Amino acid sequence: MKLYLHYLSIHLRSQMQYKTSFFLTVLGQFVGSFTFLLSILFLMDRFHTIKGFTTAQVLLCFGTVLMAFSIAECFFRGFDSFAGTISQGQFDRILLRPRSEVLLTLCSKAELSRIGRFAQAALVFAYAIPNSGVDWTWDKILTLAFMVLSGVALFSGLFVIYAAICFFTTEGLEFMNIFTDGGREFGSYPIAVYGERVLKIFTYVVPLALVQYYPFLYLVGQAEAWWYALTPLAAWIFLLPCALLWKVGLRHYKSTGS
Amino acid sequence: MTTVHGKSNHTGILRKYCTYFRIRFTSGLQYRAAAMAGVATQFAWGFLTVLLYKAFWEADPDAFPMGIAQVTSYMWLRQAFLAMFNSWTVDGSILSDITGGNIAYELVRPLDIYALWFTKNFSMRAANVTLRFLPVLIVAAVVPAPYGMSLPAGVPAALGFLVTMILGAFVTCALIMFIYIFTFFTMQPLGVRMVFNAVTDFCGGNLVPLPFLPPALAAILEYTPFAAMQNVPFRIYSGHIAGWDILRHMGMQVMWLAVLVLLGALLMKKALKRAVIQGG
Repeated sequence: MKLYLHYLSIHLRSQMQYKTSFFLTVLGQFVGSFTFLLSILFLMDRFHTIKGFTTAQVLLCFGTVLMAFSIAECFFRGFDSFAGTISQGQFDRILLRPRSEVLLTLCSKAELSRIGRFAQAALVFAYAIPNSGVDWTWDKILTLAFMVLSGVALFSGLFVIYAAICFFTTEGLEFMNIFTDGGREFGSYPIAVYGERVLKIFTYVVPLALVQYYPFLYLVGQAEAWWYALTPLAAWIFLLPCALLWKVGLRHYKSTGS
Repeated sequence: MTTVHGKSNHTGILRKYCTYFRIRFTSGLQYRAAAMAGVATQFAWGFLTVLLYKAFWEADPDAFPMGIAQVTSYMWLRQAFLAMFNSWTVDGSILSDITGGNIAYELVRPLDIYALWFTKNFSMRAANVTLRFLPVLIVAAVVPAPYGMSLPAGVPAALGFLVTMILGAFVTCALIMFIYIFTFFTMQPLGVRMVFNAVTDFCGGNLVPLPFLPPALAAILEYTPFAAMQNVPFRIYSGHIAGWDILRHMGMQVMWLAVLVLLGALLMKKALKRAVIQGG
């Protein structure tokens, strides 16, 4: 942990050397998700509800997923760009060092400019939390926090899978984008709007709905049972197969030799 | 520049760019595995988008500014031709030429650098889209009625679609050229590019088709170059733009293409005049 914090401060300082570039990237991140937010607002303004959910409720989903994604992307960037690490042979260097390769990959990159997206999510929360019609008791506040944290776990797990696949293919698999970038984009609406089948995929294959939809039903009072608030636990269980795949991939690793 | 040397030289110059196009196009066609992965992603993406709009349609069908079949076709066309109209594909080698100093070699060549880079971009996009659009369209055509793709609204729609597709592709390339030009001035393209992408995607109807935006905003955006890209052909295809309006939009496309190319070439000349060759 101390080592990680040390690396983090190195990344922070190195990115601060190029201040204009850093702030332009932060701005880019912000504008990028802002136009997406605008498109949701305009659509909701036209149709008022989607599957019975109001604008503020949709924004609650949007904020949860965006915040989780921006945190995961900031700290797990090393896995997200793992294809480059492998194809340039830099992973060999990691293997030589006397620390766990997961930790070192984690340390290898941190994109602090993701704060642009994070700020967006925080602003959206500032609007959606008081306006969503949720009666904010303690258990609901905790549920929302748990949703965001579990979302971070889920997206991090997906980044690890993405990286683990690189052990076999040496290049990133574009299809994974459906779950990472797609998860962020389509997770802006409660997953149920895409219908029963998509909901099932995002429940049993990639547990995004368990992080974003079922506990959300508990928040807005559409589901009474308390255990709906605990479904984000699935994201943490999801980390197990991710770790396993990473282990298998690691054993399979052959250097590209460059 | 090419103008003063008479006709034979003219065709010779043109042939050089055609050769460039051929080289780039055929080398682009080699990346078939990447294209297949892209097709799968774009199909899944399109399917989720169509489901989303269907949910909105169920919420309030009267508030829908286009027919549901028109929106569905729009979304499938968007997915199929993403490689042509997206705002984020740039030629990384051009960017590194600018920031790395290799542009010196490009400047030595007896070719106009604006036209050369325009050709490079167009051929790269043409190759990418050639590999991708058919599989997406075929699958989308097989998907059953409310979710699938329909045929063009008629013969004029089909013809108008073809012509405005080509014009729209040129307008897209002319817009992308400004990313390279900005890079001359900033040397740090990332942040500017992200803002550029976001604005282009939103104003060009890539995030949401323009008719879904508030009418006042949509009316303004129709007059911007962003609306002269995919917005026109995709709406002509399903008959949402029909009759004389097709010609009006075509005229807008030609006008914007001319303005963007002239402005781009002018700015490029300015940038080159003050360009500092980085490194050696």
